[in-house]
Amino acid sequence: MEKRKTFSYAKYGYLFSLPFILAYVIFHLYPTLYTMIIGFTDLKGLGKTSFKFLSDPFLNFKAILTSELFRTALKNTVTIWIINFIPQIIFALLFTAWFTSPRCKLRGQGFFKVVFYMPNIMTAATIAVLFQALFSYPTSPANDLLMKLGLIQAPFNFQVDKLSAKLVVAFIQFWMWYGYTMIILISGVLGINPEIFEAAEIDGCSGAQTFFKITLPCLRTIILYVLITALIGGLTMYDIPRLYLNGGPDNATLTTNVFIYNQAFSGSYLYNRAAAASMIMFILIGISSVFVFRMYREKDLKKTDRRRRHLAAKKEAVNE
Amino acid sequence: MSDSIRRVKRVSRPFIVLMYVVCIFFAILSLLPFVIMVINSTRSTYQVQQHALSFLPSKYLLSNLKILTSKDTFHPIRGFVNSLIISSGTTICAVYFSTLTAYALVAYQWKLRNAFFSLVLAVMMIPTQVTSIGFYQMMYRVHMTNNFLPLILPAIASPSMVFFMRQYMIPSLPLEIVESARVDGCHEFRTFNQIVIPMVKPAMATQGIFCFVASWNQLFLPQILLTKKKLYTMPIMVSLLKGDIYKTEYGAVYLGLALTVLPLFIVYFLLSKYIIAGVALGGVKG
Repeated sequence: MEKRKTFSYAKYGYLFSLPFILAYVIFHLYPTLYTMIIGFTDLKGLGKTSFKFLSDPFLNFKAILTSELFRTALKNTVTIWIINFIPQIIFALLFTAWFTSPRCKLRGQGFFKVVFYMPNIMTAATIAVLFQALFSYPTSPANDLLMKLGLIQAPFNFQVDKLSAKLVVAFIQFWMWYGYTMIILISGVLGINPEIFEAAEIDGCSGAQTFFKITLPCLRTIILYVLITALIGGLTMYDIPRLYLNGGPDNATLTTNVFIYNQAFSGSYLYNRAAAASMIMFILIGISSVFVFRMYREKDLKKTDRRRRHLAAKKEAVNE
Repeated sequence: MSDSIRRVKRVSRPFIVLMYVVCIFFAILSLLPFVIMVINSTRSTYQVQQHALSFLPSKYLLSNLKILTSKDTFHPIRGFVNSLIISSGTTICAVYFSTLTAYALVAYQWKLRNAFFSLVLAVMMIPTQVTSIGFYQMMYRVHMTNNFLPLILPAIASPSMVFFMRQYMIPSLPLEIVESARVDGCHEFRTFNQIVIPMVKPAMATQGIFCFVASWNQLFLPQILLTKKKLYTMPIMVSLLKGDIYKTEYGAVYLGLALTVLPLFIVYFLLSKYIIAGVALGGVKG
């Protein structure tokens, strides 16, 4: 009886997931395959949809990989991502340590969390244009502030200098995402078994020791999650560099996605080149995610054993 | 005795001061750009040029609004309505169908269930922007550019939301209730709509907020697909503020920027508690 019941309802499992499957095939899988195919063709020119396969199928890929501009874009993307991610994770961890430590008991935590997270929810396009106004030349709020504080004597042109343009883009990314990362990490800490912290407390661990020896190792998977999502977000960065300075000055803030957009939707509408570049990015993102994941796993395996024994010993000590 | 031990373990006073200083510094850093934006949107271009940084609002809000709308490019209300249609449509599609798919994964035993779930996990990480060229070409072929549907319908397949809803349902959806509805002769689809949905509403609301905001903020795909000015969304409107027309109208540009994020400000300050809790939940589940 029971068996027949489950059997007869199985069709609803298929039926209810059908809309998802259909939408996925039509709007996600098909465009992905189509992008891949376009990468091997001669499809270019505004409004064109017909194409022929190239006699040298990898011509577009070769052109992209040898293109100076694409390499610059890739280098910029990685540089900007690293400059933004390192301070982001450091400050997120610092605030996590402060906000979750029972020794600090900071007041107004709720307020700080709400304020730190706020930039993340605002339209990136708006923020990019806002920062363009904030850092414009010669009069701008940033220049005004820095001059009032006596840090600079004359207004500085942030948008012509290549390094400062990159730094501002990285800063915007940092500014938009550190609050998000912090909240994820805090929720991770709150998910750790409080007994472990109690044990550390009784053993006389200092705040720093607790953080580095207990909190951080327990946060491994969450940090991995943050790292991978940030990596994917960083490698597909578009809104900020595009609207802040449109890739300039002198391609200093040109990211790969801005490059792809420019190839496909301006100039000579090189859809095939853009598709090839997209696929290269697709593969790069895949490889780097797997790489991060692997690296983490291997380290984890080595350490878990040691940690387990260590924690078991600690718990025993507490029980005694 | 225990009291004295506790006191020893508390952080020292200068350190607490340092913590507050750092926190307040970052709070100012987060707020300052928005404060400047709002204040400068009430100041005239001349005032902004003289002193770009000021904390005193002026009285040019209306004249800025007049300048902003007089150029016939920036239409905040039109942008707002377009964004609202797209974001609402996306949110409804994503939340409803993700819940339905998650329900299929939780409530029924079917042969390909585990395979399907693995597939959802696998495609969760694929960034959609990378496949936009094929998407554009496909939509161009079927004459669906300058249409909101290609921006709304793909949301029916939102793998990360399916994943989230599944994780939420497993512990919190009592299948006995579904069973008893069945005994009472309730059709499966009706059971889902009238019994399951009310029970998972909190999770749907959380996911809905994020989906709405993400869709509202999206620039890449709308910019590719919508070329008619009438259909421009808020983020596309923002990119117009960069154009030459507003090059010297600083006050008006700040006002335009403020208008584009005004709805988000309202949503955030009404729902910040739930939003923060939602972010935290996403992290734990992920």
